[in-house]
Amino acid sequence: MKMRRTMVFLILAFAIGQDGAISVQEIIQAMDNNLNAKSRVITSKMVVHGRRSSRTIESKNWVVGTNLAFTEYLSPPREAGTKMLKLDDKLWTYSPQTDRVIQISGHMLRQSVMGSDMSYNDMMEDRPLTDLYDATLEGSVEIDGRDHWILFLEAKVKGLSYPKRRAWIDKEWFLPMKEELYAKSGKLLKTSTMDGIKKVQDRWFPSRFIFRDELKRNSKGTEWVINEIEFNAEIPEGRFSKARLRK
Amino acid sequence: MMFKIAIKNLLGAGLRTWLNVFVTAISFFMIIFISAMYDGMREHAMQVSIDTEIAGGAYWHPEYDPMDPMTFEDAHSVLPDAVMALVDQKKAVSVLVSQASIYPNGRIMPVIMKGISSEQTIVNMPTQMLVVDDETTIPVMIGTGMAKDAKLKVGDSFTIRWLDADRTYDADEGTIVHIMETENFKLDLNHIWVPLAKAQSMLAMENEATYVTFAKDVLPSEGNGTWIHRDIHYLVRDMEAMIEADEPNAAIMYIILLALAAMGIFNAQVLSIFRRGKEIGTLMALGMARSRVVGLFTLEGGLNAVLAAIMTVILFGPILWYFNTYGIYMGIDYSEGQMGLIIAKRLIPVYSVGLVLTTTFVVSIIVLIVSYMPSRRIAKMRPTDALRGKTAV
Repeated sequence: MKMRRTMVFLILAFAIGQDGAISVQEIIQAMDNNLNAKSRVITSKMVVHGRRSSRTIESKNWVVGTNLAFTEYLSPPREAGTKMLKLDDKLWTYSPQTDRVIQISGHMLRQSVMGSDMSYNDMMEDRPLTDLYDATLEGSVEIDGRDHWILFLEAKVKGLSYPKRRAWIDKEWFLPMKEELYAKSGKLLKTSTMDGIKKVQDRWFPSRFIFRDELKRNSKGTEWVINEIEFNAEIPEGRFSKARLRK
Repeated sequence: MMFKIAIKNLLGAGLRTWLNVFVTAISFFMIIFISAMYDGMREHAMQVSIDTEIAGGAYWHPEYDPMDPMTFEDAHSVLPDAVMALVDQKKAVSVLVSQASIYPNGRIMPVIMKGISSEQTIVNMPTQMLVVDDETTIPVMIGTGMAKDAKLKVGDSFTIRWLDADRTYDADEGTIVHIMETENFKLDLNHIWVPLAKAQSMLAMENEATYVTFAKDVLPSEGNGTWIHRDIHYLVRDMEAMIEADEPNAAIMYIILLALAAMGIFNAQVLSIFRRGKEIGTLMALGMARSRVVGLFTLEGGLNAVLAAIMTVILFGPILWYFNTYGIYMGIDYSEGQMGLIIAKRLIPVYSVGLVLTTTFVVSIIVLIVSYMPSRRIAKMRPTDALRGKTAV
């Protein structure tokens, strides 16, 4: 796997070195290689900036591919013990206060997670972009002294939360440093940015994402700070069972 | 003769009789008045629901459950032929239901978005106001309660966000074209109304609907496929259940009032048997059968109910008439649904013949029972003891 990733990077570097002629598909593929993995274990904190104050919610996530995910909230005490399990397109949450497991589906998936600017769908929809979108290169731009491609992506499959998106992709890191997520009508719904890029297990990965719901006028955004991340970790199958929610 | 004696004795007791009669009359009045209020509430809720929402009944998509918004996502399809024919003949109106989020003044509010034909005349809603020339935004009609909650007025624009049939997010600008005054909070709270064709195009559900409401004179038809026919009785059952759930509270009050009246009469009967021992002895010594003496005392007690009925008509009749004519101002405007019931701003009680007869019968029976119970003691008395003034009470 490591070898293959290195090869991809070498090929991409070679391709760019020739005359900068890298295909759009290759850019997205490289971006997917950075962001997606067979599995990952993440310890992170979500800082939700409200109108008056901010809340910090710490959690640990176990993710395998695009279909299995388990999240356990660690703090603050009010949220500690809350768990979420995603199996395919279904999501269950467990709240220790009520000692109940609730399935979240349909329109509920569009509601924000713990008052943040991220919806349950945002958390669940993590399939590789190459499978979901057709991309067009709109141009290049320099931001903060770094070169970026501007890609416009349009859904090639039905049922995506965001049928259109525009991404500013760093030419060295192959990461969407800024993204605009649009509705079918073309209305801007959300923006996301990332920073604190560092090398983690031979891939570039951001240590902070910032999401902003553009429909909420007073939204100050939600930060998602990655404290620790481990790619391709061995995760036992039992982690993704519904029984685990109550443990 | 017995009746004359009974009346004479009753009136002879003076203030004691009139107090008993007054308390019984209050019981009469309260039972009739409160029951009539509940009947009025039920009738008003029914009339408003039928007028604005139910009409003659409905056909529902098999997945549709109005109490469970989670079902809305799958509760839509093209209408069955028979139902479609009713819509084409303008004997029915189809409604497409979906969940959505609106962002008035930048705040997020989950709402139920309903698409309805602007030309419909089946339900009493000002849907014609949804016809506008401007096609750049989505014309939206809301109720006064929703307008108050979302702080919206005619001409205000806000973003509407929804999930279409392909489960894809979409969003666009909506503009308030009309704020409707409705007593039916179910059409108002957390609801936005848009033209049916617009809703179908927004949701990518061309020619589809969630339910169809048909006119009052239309008979349920065959050939409605898997769609479920819901009659008026079914559609108002929640409303009726809520009113019924509240009725035990009123029943407790009736029981307290009746108990007060019954205790007064019981007490008066016990006292009169104790005080009128010599009279009882004389009557029995003169040959009056014990059963007739018991009957006399029971009749005296029972006449309380008759006098109470007359007093109710004289004292409380004008009050009942006034409320029936002008209604009762509820103090607070419950019409926006805070109570979870359709309640008129001025509630008009409904006095039915059945209600008056039932109340009279129940109160009379109770009064007769409490009059008879102490009178039974007379049957155990010996005339000689009674003449000496020794009573068994």
